[in-house]
Amino acid sequence: MPSLHLEEDARNGDARPLLETLKISKDYPGVKALDDVDFELRAGEVHVLFGENGAGKSTLISLIAGANTPSGGEIRFNGNAVRLSSVHQARSLGISAVFQEFSLIPQMTVAENLFLGAEQTRFGFLQKGVLRDRAQEVLNDLDFQLSPGRRVDHLTRAEQQMVEIAKAFRSDLSVLILDEPTASLTNHETEQLFRLIGRLKEQGVGIIYITHRMAEIRQIGDRITVLRDGRFIDTVDAGTTSEDKLVRLMTGRVVGQIFPDVSYAPGEVILQVEDLHTSEGSVRGASASVRRGEIVGFAGLVGSGKSKFAQACFGARRLSAGSVTFKGTDVTGATTQSMLDSGFLYLPSDRRTDGLMMMRSARENMSLASLTTRPFSNGWVLDKRAETRTAGDLADRLNLSPKRVERAVEHFSGGNQQKVMLARSLTRDFDLIVFDEPTVGVDVGTRAAIYAFIAELCEGGAAVLLISSDLPEILHLSNRAYVFYRGRIQAELAGNEITEANVLSHFFEREAA
Amino acid sequence: MASQTDAAAKETKGFVIVLKRLFVRLGILPFLLAIAVIVFALISDNFLTGRNLMNVMRQSVYLTIVSLGQMFALLTGGFDLSVGTVLALTSVVGALTMASAYAAMPDAVWLAILLGCLAGVAAGSLIGVCNGIGVAVFNVSPFMMSLGMASIGFGVALYLTGGVPVYGMPQEFGDSFGFGTLLGIPTPLYVAAVILVALYLFLNWTPFGRYFYAVGGNIKAAGLSGINTRLTLFWTYVLCAMLAAISGMLLTARLDTGEANIGASMPLESIAACVIAGVSLRGGVGRLENVVLGALFIGIVQNGMNLARIESYLQTVVLGALLILAVIADQIRLRFVASLKD
Ligand SMILES: Nc1ncnc2c1ncn2[C@@H]1O[C@H](COP(=O)(O)OP(=O)(O)OP(=O)(O)O)[C@@H](O)[C@H]1O
Ligand SMILES: [Mg+2]
Repeated sequence: MPSLHLEEDARNGDARPLLETLKISKDYPGVKALDDVDFELRAGEVHVLFGENGAGKSTLISLIAGANTPSGGEIRFNGNAVRLSSVHQARSLGISAVFQEFSLIPQMTVAENLFLGAEQTRFGFLQKGVLRDRAQEVLNDLDFQLSPGRRVDHLTRAEQQMVEIAKAFRSDLSVLILDEPTASLTNHETEQLFRLIGRLKEQGVGIIYITHRMAEIRQIGDRITVLRDGRFIDTVDAGTTSEDKLVRLMTGRVVGQIFPDVSYAPGEVILQVEDLHTSEGSVRGASASVRRGEIVGFAGLVGSGKSKFAQACFGARRLSAGSVTFKGTDVTGATTQSMLDSGFLYLPSDRRTDGLMMMRSARENMSLASLTTRPFSNGWVLDKRAETRTAGDLADRLNLSPKRVERAVEHFSGGNQQKVMLARSLTRDFDLIVFDEPTVGVDVGTRAAIYAFIAELCEGGAAVLLISSDLPEILHLSNRAYVFYRGRIQAELAGNEITEANVLSHFFEREAA
Repeated sequence: MASQTDAAAKETKGFVIVLKRLFVRLGILPFLLAIAVIVFALISDNFLTGRNLMNVMRQSVYLTIVSLGQMFALLTGGFDLSVGTVLALTSVVGALTMASAYAAMPDAVWLAILLGCLAGVAAGSLIGVCNGIGVAVFNVSPFMMSLGMASIGFGVALYLTGGVPVYGMPQEFGDSFGFGTLLGIPTPLYVAAVILVALYLFLNWTPFGRYFYAVGGNIKAAGLSGINTRLTLFWTYVLCAMLAAISGMLLTARLDTGEANIGASMPLESIAACVIAGVSLRGGVGRLENVVLGALFIGIVQNGMNLARIESYLQTVVLGALLILAVIADQIRLRFVASLKD
């Protein structure tokens, strides 16, 4: 029907879309991940994809980036229908993506990863020097403090995220896709990324940006397309649409307040840490304490030692000095196993590498830390029926979607994987729970549910330690906050002192002695 | 006419889809088993007789027990190349001990047998202890560790015997554990059945059993969930060697001599049995009951090829080909999973 095309062209006039999808669908076994979705991207705009966990955002961009092939529908690039059969092919058209799950080779260096598949050769041999220089150029250009010669598996998750972003910049771009790029970045790196996005917009690059953070949508979004259950709901203007409306479009219902009011009733000190040093030097003399019924926030830049500190207390990292007292007993250097048994749980920030068994079911992942306790077993024999029942209850409580606890975790969307891991904190009565970046990649509705259960845990008399790069989280939830800087605690703030300005002012410079 | 062929085409298409689904759900093994049984039944009239099938089961016992151990190693994301050596060392040490105990006290036959079995299994398990320490404590890769131990164990076994078979075990040992039957069923089958049931309960119904999957699934996550990953890895290799050692003692009873050159094909065959049964080489995935079928399948193929008078050299060719086929089939299956709706 050529006449139809003509009509469309006429209507769009000059703002002819750079890229569009027409009635695109994707089926996975048992799930229709995308159902006739229309989406259009113009040159020079930041187009935000918004939707609940499992709405199909990552699936949509995987089709556009050539990582997956659609089950139906069509993709048009510069007005021509294209079939993208590989990431490589999409990239040759100028479509580059930063995926939610990293695609880095851990044993290779930053430079090698940056140019993987696009190596510079001369007479068939790698030109390593040239690669390194060009990698350095790209990194400098992005203002990322990374050395191109470092191995990727020695980097933190945030640094890996930067490599992943840098990878998309190595070639000429016309469409850049970013799937939750700031999920593990702190403000500083996020600002760098946003400056970059601004520059690209001026050059006429179209940017598809997935995020669950409202503030980011406000800051850089031009238009927003909302997906729900794999279906297109609406495309709206970012400047004029209220947050409430967005959330309503996304969930189909009204979500009340995101942050709960937590009553503050501190009890006895449950964790007391004095002058902690880790043997690899990431924490150098930090002291802190946590009381029952308290939410204590840990803020600081990536690599400031806030996670390492908690891991060291949990027994997952070797100490070189200092003491840790938990519930009145000295547990310095205890094993994670004994810490768990005495009621201390640490939930890691990187669900994929540290948290989940990707090929095992959601049920087994939830019960992992509590297998020797009731109701999962009597210590010797597993009670699988109780396990299934409990997993089902937890899935209900955290709104797991789809609610199939026997499904392998790798087949859930990113945010739902996070829920599976968080469910672990509810599998027995813990006295102290450390949440390390608990809401990475979690949608607004679920985020509210997670905050509610954190508050509930705390009001039930447990102590909560909240490590987060998401400042609003620290500001709204914590009763007390510590700000980390280079392995030391820079400041301790309580109550009304926990303001954005106060916390941020301690992120960088050292307190005058 | 046309509509008839249409209907027929539709039917075959439906049939193909059903087959595809079965393949996705069950893996390659049921198909291989069915094909093997049909082919061998056509080739040889003797294949599908009760006696021959019982024979296959008896012959497969040794590989089955070793494969069960190998499965634990694979589950945790490693493997054990020293299982063959464990068989050899167990056989030699067990036979030597039994023979000398029997010579020293000819009246206490059963005591000699008991001592011999204990010594044999202990010697074999010692290799597993070394593997376990190397892998769990010193982080040596399972490949290097078990390869090194295979060489060490084999050297020791040869050194102990000077390369000649060990004779002098009491007649009763072979009679009861090698050739004995109870209610018409060979005794080794009972041993295998007991091991099977015990391991099944252990692996699927105890927290510790779950830990093997957890360590293979994500060792960091397992550690942060309070699982003692070193201990789990250590026991993996001890258990694997212990099972291989039991298999070694049973085989010694069957041969009536202690031999240093048995079990050479065990590493390959046991890994093949597991992989054909769908145990993932990346760790974390695998089912015990399927491994038994996998070992049985290899037994059937060997038996069938013997009946068909295929040379033993060619048999190893077939075995290697089957192993590779199974791995390829698994990849294809993953692709089907994506293309099929359930
Ligand atoms: N490989 C897969 N196999 C089966 N189902 C899948 C697979 N990947 C995604 N799905 C399903 O497709 C749906 C959409 O997933 P998708 O990853 O696109 O969600 P998302 O919108 O990116 O969510 P999130 O915000 O949590 O990242 C989900 O129901 C998910 O369970
Ligand atoms: Mg996603």
